[in-house]
Amino acid sequence: MTWLLAIAAGVLFAAGIYMILRRSLVKILVGLALLSYAVNLLLFNSAPLIPARPPLIPLGSSAPPEVYADPVPQALILTAIVISFGVTAFAVVLMRQVYGTLGTDDLNEMRCTDIPCKEVEIASEEEQMEEPL
Amino acid sequence: MIALPLLLPLGFAILNVLAWKSPRAQRVLTLVGAALQTGAAFWLLGRVRAEGILHLPIGNWPAPFGIVLTADLFSAIMLAVSAVVGLAAALYSQGGMDERRVRYGYYPLFFFLLTGVNGAFLAGDLFNLYVWFEVMLMASFVLIALGGERPQVEGAIKYVILNLLASTLFLSAVGLLYNLCGTLNLADLARRIPALEAGGEVTLIAVLFLVAFGIKSAIFPLFFWLPASYHTPPVTITALFSGLLTKVGVYALYRVFTLLFASDAAYLPTLLLVLAGFTMTTGVLGAAAQMDFRRLLSFHIVSQIGYLLMGLGLFSPAALAAGIYFMVHVILAKTALFFVAGIVRQTEGSYNLKELGSLYARRPGLALLFLLPALSLAGLPPLSGFFAKLALVLAGFDLRSYAIVGVGLGVSLLTLYSMTKVWNEVFWKERKEAGAAPLRPVSAWMWAATLGLAAVSVAAGLLAGPLLDLSAQAAAQLADPSLYIQAVLGGAP
Repeated sequence: MTWLLAIAAGVLFAAGIYMILRRSLVKILVGLALLSYAVNLLLFNSAPLIPARPPLIPLGSSAPPEVYADPVPQALILTAIVISFGVTAFAVVLMRQVYGTLGTDDLNEMRCTDIPCKEVEIASEEEQMEEPL
Repeated sequence: MIALPLLLPLGFAILNVLAWKSPRAQRVLTLVGAALQTGAAFWLLGRVRAEGILHLPIGNWPAPFGIVLTADLFSAIMLAVSAVVGLAAALYSQGGMDERRVRYGYYPLFFFLLTGVNGAFLAGDLFNLYVWFEVMLMASFVLIALGGERPQVEGAIKYVILNLLASTLFLSAVGLLYNLCGTLNLADLARRIPALEAGGEVTLIAVLFLVAFGIKSAIFPLFFWLPASYHTPPVTITALFSGLLTKVGVYALYRVFTLLFASDAAYLPTLLLVLAGFTMTTGVLGAAAQMDFRRLLSFHIVSQIGYLLMGLGLFSPAALAAGIYFMVHVILAKTALFFVAGIVRQTEGSYNLKELGSLYARRPGLALLFLLPALSLAGLPPLSGFFAKLALVLAGFDLRSYAIVGVGLGVSLLTLYSMTKVWNEVFWKERKEAGAAPLRPVSAWMWAATLGLAAVSVAAGLLAGPLLDLSAQAAAQLADPSLYIQAVLGGAP
């Protein structure tokens, strides 16, 4: 099972990296989502997988059983999932905003912040915001 | 009560959300909150100085099992400096932030950002550090995109993608480390990692951390997102980012590499010094090519990160102390410079160096305000930058690392060149259309914030002796992980 999960995480990492190297914003977004799944699987795998042994102290005894599943990775994944959900949701909205403002989802056409761009003046702060975020 | 610098900004963020409809109430709340936070941070600094490393087990779960907040002297210094920058930015926003952004939640986000930053400084375990990083990043994502203008969304997309990638790497490293050690508590890790059988795993994890924090703190060759995005939001936000965000990345590097991977570090000093040299050089050369005030300053952020990295790379207590003092210096000076750029923009309506000019004749006070942090950044005595660089250079000589010292001094000269260029273009040369545009009034809040921060920056230079002593104490704590372990876990190290 550990092997299976490790391979799955590796494949997800590879697919995610492939996707974020694309030019289209939507593909990059998918890539970031895949990467976060990959990390979640990695976290899941970060303690030995022990099925059907909850880390609970049985009634009447004062210590947990000899072998029990480590609850920490699950707590970590849960937090990581929530965070990546929030971040991905924000990224989707941002990409919609980018598409709305620039009219393109091609990263190669978004170079005006790197090199001086003739046709687009850096907008001033007083200019009216067309579409609030 | 260590949690106070954490709870105050969080509380005021929530209060600001509750006061969503009333920008006036938000302004008052922000000033009060930032002032209280500064008080709390300095109070904590005083306590840590008197009592040594403090820690707070959340929910009374003892250290390796529960989450702990830990404040050593380095954390406390960082908290105090960021609180000062936060207060200055809060003042500056009163005049420098437009109504629309305030209505769309600038002030609550400002406090969420500070919460994340302070949390990262106080975090006592790695996963907690990750969570605070994400709080900070989330707030910064929204701040950088707030307003939705074309350059902003373009810059934001690069900023968001690369920082998310860095978070992914960070989290992978955390997962692998948990697999190796079965704990994420920093003190517990510091105890366990040296006991591990030497193997590739620790090195792999250390390098993953280096890359993850390297992206966040914009070191060579991972800094390209910074000059592509930092100049796009309003200057108040840029100033805040330049003072806080990359420095949290550097803080994490210092923390992780002194506490966790110091024993595994044979390859590390050389690697860090090479990166430091390239970061300094590429940053300052990039700045030389810029004609936009904010882009130029953004490249200087990168260049200064190189010096911070040099302090870590030299890895002696003296060098770490110099690095910590340098951090204090650069946070203050850099933020003040961005504030000045904002005032120039307000009076003249442009960031473009080619269009500006004649400001020395028309605004001599502003020229002086620019000159102080600018010369400090270049490292001229008696300003703070001189003492910071002097301490770094002396530490470098002690270790016979002449190459990096040479690079550092050369870059310092180029920084002076770059600042002279700004001086010539903005203040000295005749403005092209002379007298065309009348000076526009600048809010008194912006003047007050800039003046205050420049004064603090000058004071950091005048008080270099005591501050370097404090940094030396903080560095002594960093250099001896057993102090940290003992403080958090108790008992014999």
